[in-house]
Amino acid sequence: MSKNWPLFEVFVRSKNGLEHRHCGSLHAADATMALQNARDVYTRRSEGVSIWVVESKNITASNPEHSEEFFEPAADKIYRHPTFYDLPDEVKHM
Amino acid sequence: MKDQLYQYILGIADNSLILGQRLGQLCGHGPSLEVDIACTNISLDLFGQVRSYYQYAAKLAGGDASEDSIAFLRKEREYRNVLLVEQPNTDFAYIITRGFLFDVYHELFLERLMHSKDETLAAIAAKSIKEVRYHRSFSSEWMKRMGAGTEESHRRVQDAVDSLWRYTKEFFQPTEAEKAMAEAGIGVDTSSFKATYDQHIAEVLQEATIVVPTSPYFQRGGKEGVHTEHLGYLLSDMQYMQRTYPNMNW
Repeated sequence: MSKNWPLFEVFVRSKNGLEHRHCGSLHAADATMALQNARDVYTRRSEGVSIWVVESKNITASNPEHSEEFFEPAADKIYRHPTFYDLPDEVKHM
Repeated sequence: MKDQLYQYILGIADNSLILGQRLGQLCGHGPSLEVDIACTNISLDLFGQVRSYYQYAAKLAGGDASEDSIAFLRKEREYRNVLLVEQPNTDFAYIITRGFLFDVYHELFLERLMHSKDETLAAIAAKSIKEVRYHRSFSSEWMKRMGAGTEESHRRVQDAVDSLWRYTKEFFQPTEAEKAMAEAGIGVDTSSFKATYDQHIAEVLQEATIVVPTSPYFQRGGKEGVHTEHLGYLLSDMQYMQRTYPNMNW
């Protein structure tokens, strides 16, 4: 039965002010049911205050074979990281 | 009066206990991982509600009574649940239809119990209603999808509705305890929302392309302790631990 259902990716926001994070995937008959299933599978221990679901086929993913030209050039450019600043304690979630 | 309140609370709680046990039987057996978790999740919601009711009932009963003794050590005839909730997990269409027919009732009932003069019952109802709204939404969405789904899912849901329909009138046939509690402003006069119930059910069934049965034959008895043959098996399973090892604790 479930093999006929499309796959959905689930994103959960754990509390207001934070961003949604990918937390897994599940199968469902459609988006409404995916939302209900996500509520039961991923938030039943009060992990979240908001859920997004998106059908997996709608996500365009980078190809692992292209990781050299995609990601490696960034590895030796530390001046692109804002690591030289001292953050005040009041600034959270950076 | 106190005894009638006790009986009244059991009537409410036993519905949730027995349906919770039925749904709990799906643990590891649901049609898919997602649905398995959803059904057992609903089961746990119901058990949570049951504990509040039985703790209150145990306080009223006094003596050695506890939530466990009330849940696990009564005889079949002492359970007050409606016949609908004890019906077996025949197939997924039955499971969803049984839940749907109960959830719509349960939500309308709790909405009214929230205004009970009894503060404890009102508080339990106010806490439970959020869970039950989700149960009703879950089962309604499934009714629509299976009813308007494939030829086979449609047929199975129609079969389930046809065969469970006979248990839907019992909600609205009050026992002596229910009448007394409604008069005292503690309980709910269920006849006051029968028309609303029928309307909610008809709306979902229409969207699900399911025909509302017209059979005039209905069954009753659960609220008076006269159950179908299915409850005994369910109880022997559920009570096994407390009967074999009396007073055991986790």
